Amino acid sequence: MTRSIELNVNGKTVSVETQPVTRLSEVLRDQLGLTGTKVGCNAGDCGACTVTLDGEQVCSCLTPVIQAEGKSITTVEGLAHAGSLNKLQQAFSRHGAAQCGICSPGMLMAASSLLAENDTPSRDAVEDALGGVLCRCTGYQKIVDAVMDAAGEHTTLEPEAGQAVGASIAKLDAEEKLNGLEKYGADNIPENAFWVRILRSPYPSARVEIDDMSLVIDTWNGLHDILTYKDIPFNRFGIYPVGKDQPVLTDGVVRYRGDAVVAVVGTKDVVQSIGLDDLPIKFLLQEPVIGLDAARSKNALQLHEDKPENVLISGHVAKGSIELGLNEAAAVTEGSFQTRFVEHAYIEPEAGWAQRVGDRVEVTVTTQAVHIDLDEIANVLQVEKERVRVIPTAVGGGFGGKLDVSIQPILAVAAMKYDRPVAYVYERPESMAASTKRHPSEVKSRFAADKDGKLVVAEMTADFDTGAYASWGPTVAGRVPVHGSGPYFVPNVHITGRGLFTNAPPAGAFRGFGVPQAAIAHETMMDDLAEQLGMDRLEIRLKNAIRVGEATATGQVLQASAGMAPCLEELKPGWGEMNALARAFNEKSDGVLRRGVGIGAMWYGIGNTSLSNPSTMEVGIDKNGKITLYNGAVDIGQGSNTIMPQICADAAGLPVSDFHYIMGDSDLTEDAGKTSASRQTFVSGKASELAGLDLRQQILRHVNAGEDALFTIEGSILTITDKNAKHEVDLKTLPEIKKGNVFFGSGNFDPPTSPLDENGQGVPYATYGFAAQIALVEVDTQLGTTKVIKIIAAHDVGQAINPQLVEGQIHGGIAQGLGLALMEEFVPGVTENLHDYLIPTFGDMPDMEILIVEDAEPLGPFGAKGVGEPGLVPTAPAIFGAVRHATGVRVTEAPLLPHRLKAALNKKEAAQ
Amino acid sequence: MGEYFRPDNLSDLLALLPSRHLTVLAGGTDYYPAKVGQKLDDDILDISAISELHGIERNEQRWVIGAATCWTDIVNAELPPLFDGLKLAAKEVGGRQIQNSGTIGGNLCNASPAADGVPALLSLDATVEVLSPEGSRMLSISEFVLGNRKTALQPTEILKAIHIPVRQAANSLGSFLKLGSRKYLVISLAMVAGTVEWDASGTITYCRLSVGACSEVAIRLTELEDSLVGQQMNSTLTRNIRDAHFSSLNPIDDVRATAVYRKDAAKTLIHRMISSWGAAS
Repeated sequence: MTRSIELNVNGKTVSVETQPVTRLSEVLRDQLGLTGTKVGCNAGDCGACTVTLDGEQVCSCLTPVIQAEGKSITTVEGLAHAGSLNKLQQAFSRHGAAQCGICSPGMLMAASSLLAENDTPSRDAVEDALGGVLCRCTGYQKIVDAVMDAAGEHTTLEPEAGQAVGASIAKLDAEEKLNGLEKYGADNIPENAFWVRILRSPYPSARVEIDDMSLVIDTWNGLHDILTYKDIPFNRFGIYPVGKDQPVLTDGVVRYRGDAVVAVVGTKDVVQSIGLDDLPIKFLLQEPVIGLDAARSKNALQLHEDKPENVLISGHVAKGSIELGLNEAAAVTEGSFQTRFVEHAYIEPEAGWAQRVGDRVEVTVTTQAVHIDLDEIANVLQVEKERVRVIPTAVGGGFGGKLDVSIQPILAVAAMKYDRPVAYVYERPESMAASTKRHPSEVKSRFAADKDGKLVVAEMTADFDTGAYASWGPTVAGRVPVHGSGPYFVPNVHITGRGLFTNAPPAGAFRGFGVPQAAIAHETMMDDLAEQLGMDRLEIRLKNAIRVGEATATGQVLQASAGMAPCLEELKPGWGEMNALARAFNEKSDGVLRRGVGIGAMWYGIGNTSLSNPSTMEVGIDKNGKITLYNGAVDIGQGSNTIMPQICADAAGLPVSDFHYIMGDSDLTEDAGKTSASRQTFVSGKASELAGLDLRQQILRHVNAGEDALFTIEGSILTITDKNAKHEVDLKTLPEIKKGNVFFGSGNFDPPTSPLDENGQGVPYATYGFAAQIALVEVDTQLGTTKVIKIIAAHDVGQAINPQLVEGQIHGGIAQGLGLALMEEFVPGVTENLHDYLIPTFGDMPDMEILIVEDAEPLGPFGAKGVGEPGLVPTAPAIFGAVRHATGVRVTEAPLLPHRLKAALNKKEAAQ
Repeated sequence: MGEYFRPDNLSDLLALLPSRHLTVLAGGTDYYPAKVGQKLDDDILDISAISELHGIERNEQRWVIGAATCWTDIVNAELPPLFDGLKLAAKEVGGRQIQNSGTIGGNLCNASPAADGVPALLSLDATVEVLSPEGSRMLSISEFVLGNRKTALQPTEILKAIHIPVRQAANSLGSFLKLGSRKYLVISLAMVAGTVEWDASGTITYCRLSVGACSEVAIRLTELEDSLVGQQMNSTLTRNIRDAHFSSLNPIDDVRATAVYRKDAAKTLIHRMISSWGAAS
């Protein structure tokens, strides 16, 4: 029964007609339009929905609206004064504390309640007060910095024309991410939309019989339709053009717990009420294939008809001769390593809506890959691509998980069918059950070095559990062989990577595409060899660091920007200090707490592996002097909305503060590829540079000015000044060329690569990022717990376009690497929420120090390359190396949960 | 569509109890997580507006904590040192948001094996006051929490308050240690709580030790308690710990940890807690 409830929200009294039990978050968002309050889990696990009641922070998703009656409710929209960010929000902007921004409202509200009591909080006080809010992007450090500096003086960097690259300007979208006005996937859903929900298989493997649904539909009040596979024009999707294998809705077999069965369409209430038990659907259970051993078993059920022995794909790289290499070896080591499923755990679940407009469909969705979505939707609908428009919303975290389509196909099918918009927002358990994961892996490796510590052999076979469907499995199987020898020069290499199907969630893209798993192996090999040869662990890496002029495992001779050695050199002082600290601590310790230091090094190919991945960017100036970047790169929090204008502005010679942008809309921007593979700064950044240069040339030509001319824009007057003359152009007098602009530049860049031959030889990437991280940890040897105290990270990014954003990427990568190392393990059916699936919280992060190395990449914009994934790759190896240094336990399994480390410590003790 | 009752006094509450099955909601921190993605159509009895169920009071014999008292109020209350373990546990219940809403009574009624409040309440000899239209009854914690998600509450009963005896010892302290795989927002792998009193000569006169998350219901280690009473509060205290003291623990294997590990960790935590007592005196 609904009743009228009076609320005081942000100082205003409002009356809502609702049920008393309705979540406060729902009332705020759906009835009052205050969508700044985010919903990440509806279970009090993530804190994104935090608001204050009479100044106290609460989860609005756990608060019955009636309990807020008579109290003063403050949401993120209530923080800004007269349209300006308050001091705390300004501090978040200044410190780069918001990346994707989905947790920012919760963080701000938790911090507001703290600051009201204590305006000079300590780090610990901030962490305690904000500890109930999860962030998956930032690694928390900049958030703590911002809260502690909330009272600080606010300054904004506004670099002049030509000075933007290299400046840590605040994110251009910081304001809307911090005042609650940014619109994410679930924030702008039309009120009249039908809701869609896919009913998912509770079984990992079954045959399914689906009877006629028409009789059922009328028995439910508010149910409009039930969609089955018969409603899907082309019922398969998948990343690669060949091998599309995942059904939108099952047509007879379900292959994982979470596989899509049918979709119900109607009111929000009714789609939440219907279960599979209510429908004429029969499951005939089959023996599921769970885990790699089962997949390799001769008796295993074959998941896909065209994939014998459940092998999705196998890739390999072979160079030199392992046999000859071993002849020169003074030290040889072998190992076997395991990792588990890891969940992306972006705080924003999959969300969006779609509508038919004329004979077209428009899908508004949170995504990392506008044009992959567009192609996939067109294929599922079997319509021309021109009939599909994809409009990306702000993205509340992606990390690879929003590269695959999720809700897009079913929304598009439904939108085409009905005369109403259709909407779909995953709840957290559905997001976790249905979406892709990081591949579990089994990596076997053998490395050898000569007496001087120079590597002579790198051998690796890596099997990846790719789950039920291909997704990005082929990318993992392709990328790992290229990277498996590590960031080193090795003359003899043999590496294979395979993806195997199992009845588990599809393993797809997750920050690093298998390379983080392989890095655990190659870095343990390096520590083994150092130990055998009595060498320092940093020195052996430095000795082998691949340099310009040397050939990679694929025979690619690096031409420039191979910053591995400089990264290691930068870390030397910290390495010495950390080792001394650990030694001093252990000398005083009673043995229960032991400290250790570890190092992880990595390299990472930027962009697609041996595949074309072009970006096109456009920039224009209109009659009123407004500069717009038509930016097809989706910002998923990493900052491309800021990076692209910074690059374009400097190339054009215009101040970045004058730039506006349109992000991603497939009707308004060109294809800038997907936001993945650490490619946006390098590839789309280069396209932005070329677009800016093109614009500049158009202007120079218009007045025949010299290359060194300076531009200023005042209103509609563009002034071009070179050493000979000053030209004033009234933009209003010029004809519109394109998209309403009077000057228009465009740029296109596709990084030069070549296909790999039958031995995996060729040029898979145009450039590589390099990095090394060192970690100081403390192990509690009685409990098996590991606390990471400090990480120093040195990253060669070519050129930091925006150093603060680079730091942010590395901080966030470290957080996810720490999670991979110590706590994250997804188990289907068991950890499908954010209290059973653990990601790092405020209290789990070490002090992080970032050293930016700039070994310029001539192909990149102003020398830049990517950093998104490299931040994560070396972290787990560094932590594991440190645990080993502290305890002597050689870690072979991630995550190193306390019970696993304790068991290993016990085993070691028993052996002694 | 469910009905929603929100009485603001106990007599109205009691009048409602026999009428039908009602789902009791106080802070909402257990109700809503169990309803993710589902329609909210239960008949709800919201007890948050009943002032008699809130707050902490003391009389001659006991402390009385209203069942709907939130964790933050416990943290902020002036309580004797014996309650320090309960306060530490209160700070470990979720994040601040949960502590501001979630209640001590709800923690007991939800009866999770990993409920943060239960070991500390065991160590305080807490009893619970259960109310029904027929009257009230008192139960010990172990009589009240019967198993995983199972309590002794009858359909027409409600948990009114937690009673804790007032103790007079000059020297006392309370402790709580929680172990999880991360710092905040974590479900315990194991946790321990304890209270201890000692006289002017340093002799232990009273001791309670309990372990949570290592059996279906948190339990006390009575044999170990007994062996500590009469001992001196010093660094030799831990010598009294025997493996046999932990024989009643029966932890599970799950995704968070193995049973073997949990039991071992519980021993370590107890050892550390007792060791800290030796150092504190």
